[in-house]
Amino acid sequence: MFRAFLIKYGEIGIKGKNRHLFEDALVSQIQHALKAVEGTFQTSKEQGRIYVEALSEFDYEETLESLQRVFGIVGICPAVILEDQGFEQLCQDVIAYLDARYADKQMTFKVNARRARKDYPIESMQINARVGEKILMAFPQMKVDVHHPQLLLNIEVRQKIILYSEVIPGPGGMPVGTSGRAMLLLSGGIDSPVAGYMISKRGVKLDATYFHAPPYTSERAKQKVVELARLVARYSGPICLKVVNFTEIQLYIYEKCPHEELTIIMRRYMMKIAEHFAKESHSMGLITGESIGQVASQTMQSLAATNEVCTLPVYRPLIGFDKQEIIDVSEKIGTYETSIQPFEDCCTIFVAKHPVTKPNLNIIRRSEQRLREKIDQMVQTAIESAETIVVE
Amino acid sequence: MEIYFDNSATTRCLKSVCEVMEHAFFQEYGNPSSLHHKGLAAERCVQEAAERMAKTLKVSPKELIFTSGGTEADNLAILGAAWANQRAGKHLITTRIEHPAVAEPMRYLEGQGFRVTWLDVDAKGRISLEQLQEAVGPETILVSIMQVNNEIGTVEPVEEAARIIKAKNANTLFHVDAIQSYGKLRILPRKMGVDLLSVSGHKIHGPKGVGMLYVKEKTKLAPIVFGGGHQRGLRSGTENVPGIAGLGQAAVEAYENFEEKRAHLSALREAFLAGLSEFEWAHVNGFGSCLQHTGLKDERADGEHSEAAWDDRAGRENASVSSERADGEHSEAAWDGLAAPHIVSVSFDGVRSEVLLHALEDREIYVSAGSACSSHKPAVSATLKSIGLGRKALESTLRFSFGIENTKEEVSVCLKALKELVPMLARYTRH
Repeated sequence: MFRAFLIKYGEIGIKGKNRHLFEDALVSQIQHALKAVEGTFQTSKEQGRIYVEALSEFDYEETLESLQRVFGIVGICPAVILEDQGFEQLCQDVIAYLDARYADKQMTFKVNARRARKDYPIESMQINARVGEKILMAFPQMKVDVHHPQLLLNIEVRQKIILYSEVIPGPGGMPVGTSGRAMLLLSGGIDSPVAGYMISKRGVKLDATYFHAPPYTSERAKQKVVELARLVARYSGPICLKVVNFTEIQLYIYEKCPHEELTIIMRRYMMKIAEHFAKESHSMGLITGESIGQVASQTMQSLAATNEVCTLPVYRPLIGFDKQEIIDVSEKIGTYETSIQPFEDCCTIFVAKHPVTKPNLNIIRRSEQRLREKIDQMVQTAIESAETIVVE
Repeated sequence: MEIYFDNSATTRCLKSVCEVMEHAFFQEYGNPSSLHHKGLAAERCVQEAAERMAKTLKVSPKELIFTSGGTEADNLAILGAAWANQRAGKHLITTRIEHPAVAEPMRYLEGQGFRVTWLDVDAKGRISLEQLQEAVGPETILVSIMQVNNEIGTVEPVEEAARIIKAKNANTLFHVDAIQSYGKLRILPRKMGVDLLSVSGHKIHGPKGVGMLYVKEKTKLAPIVFGGGHQRGLRSGTENVPGIAGLGQAAVEAYENFEEKRAHLSALREAFLAGLSEFEWAHVNGFGSCLQHTGLKDERADGEHSEAAWDDRAGRENASVSSERADGEHSEAAWDGLAAPHIVSVSFDGVRSEVLLHALEDREIYVSAGSACSSHKPAVSATLKSIGLGRKALESTLRFSFGIENTKEEVSVCLKALKELVPMLARYTRH
């Protein structure tokens, strides 16, 4: 019965003179999201409202799911659009709508009319009262409750008349593209896709860097990361994924530095390389999935040690999350099942039995001195040989 | 140069198999159950394949049931025998080193009120016939033993096992998973005393998605797939005509010039083993070289049956043939060596199997990891664990499996690659 959706957006509404920028971004994000859905849609902006109207046969569920992945949408209201054929016809249509939509009519309701077209002959309050009366006559089991109605029937009178009575929650946040760009350090784990999701939710476009270490990590591990990027891209839009071969660097560190410090030093070089790509693509920050104390390399001391090599801000949206909270989000956004596929990633290959948990920056720097001879060249090679995959 | 040493995982389809299949797909596209002559032609196709395959086993074509593959054949044998014979008893016997296609239905039946005896194996992967003899009782309805272990290539003494089983309980059914042995060993189910025997198409240069279960006539078996009652009600569903035709062709090819092919595979295996013996960091699991087995006899305590089991080339060389074998009746039937001619399992010191596998892959050499392992989810191989491998060895085992298309040159290239890679990779191990 629904052929249209009214899109509610929250925060954007309060933006001052930039408001149209946010609205335009949202419209274009919605259009992008609906490209993959079968059917033709028209997305329009009209007097502080965004409408999505299906112009052809379409899959309701699939459309709804796609809209629920567009950041900036607070609510999605499945709507019926009527031609204005006089008030009597409107009342009949409302009754037909209620009859078709709600089998059980034991409920309280309220009519909420909004007359955006001021030349409509009946005022909002009058519409409320007269439509309400017709409803009570048609369905005696329904009762009016203006304070806490179980059913809020919205009637918007514009060029056409729009009926809706449900709000399905959207993901919230801000339309992607309104907040700039950042580089996500994407591993094959549970956390980093969630971190990317959360930053993207605030309107940030994402790029990603993945470090692989063949033959220590397999082609399948890389495929898994590409798949994770694809899952995140359903929300964030296309992601440009850099795949960096990290084997040489890793082995070199392993050979030259104390094994307890391996992970920290390795992560410092990962940050450096990711930052290089970030600057190249004019990103304004790095994103990691770190959370305080989760593993040895994520203690406050370790974070400080890895942070030190970067000049760009490092965003860590999961910093205060417990593992279970992260898992909950990853299940919600659909990355969990892929994340837990058992493939070795390059952080776990050479893990020492007892890695340092409180690295001393001076000692780390001194260890890194041992890499002097070749490391810059190796980093350069890793950057130059990185593979670029555009994930949509 | 691509070197495919993963022929126990799957094999490349033979050209002739593809041709037979294309004909079946394109010309004989009828439904074997249809009454018109298109249907009849397709039925002929299936029958012909059954006849060709039956010939290789010296059984009646009516005793073959075509399935969707080895796994379904094993499932049908085990679940079908269990359901059909449960009134005679609820005891089953199998080994600890079976493929999951056997082990999992067994475990499922354990949950359904059946009792399963899991036979141990020795350090080489052979079952103890004494333990088997003790295990078989009046309640035992089915014994399932694989002929060649898929991971280490050890050959189980199925013929001796059959004699022991039938002597203790003539009603006990005996299933042999021959998925790794069909085409590599001579298999004559009737002479061997086997009631049920599974075969897979894609392990013998045939198509994937097709397999076969030999069901000796008058064997009580219940179906596990229900429908239109095809294949005497034991396996409903329109026959996979192209697949079955391809399987028939592959079966014929596998046993054509059989001795030559076996000798070729054995030669590859021996060359590989000889090369490995020079690496102090490589340890072969199961039976190593068949040419050096004369001294092994003392290790075993199986008594008189063991001798028959040693009747491989080494055994013949030694003329150590048991009295049972001396009449010559079984000599052809039971080429019952210790090791399959095509599988070598090797543990490498200080290298994790996945890493070495990918390093070999980088050189276009394709092999299998003996035990799929990762830091997240270790899936330890039951076979390798059962032969007593420690954690380190479990995580560093690769399986090389040869096929008729492989060459000695490929073996040398692979040995050379190992010689370069293993010491290099072993420098970087997890501590």
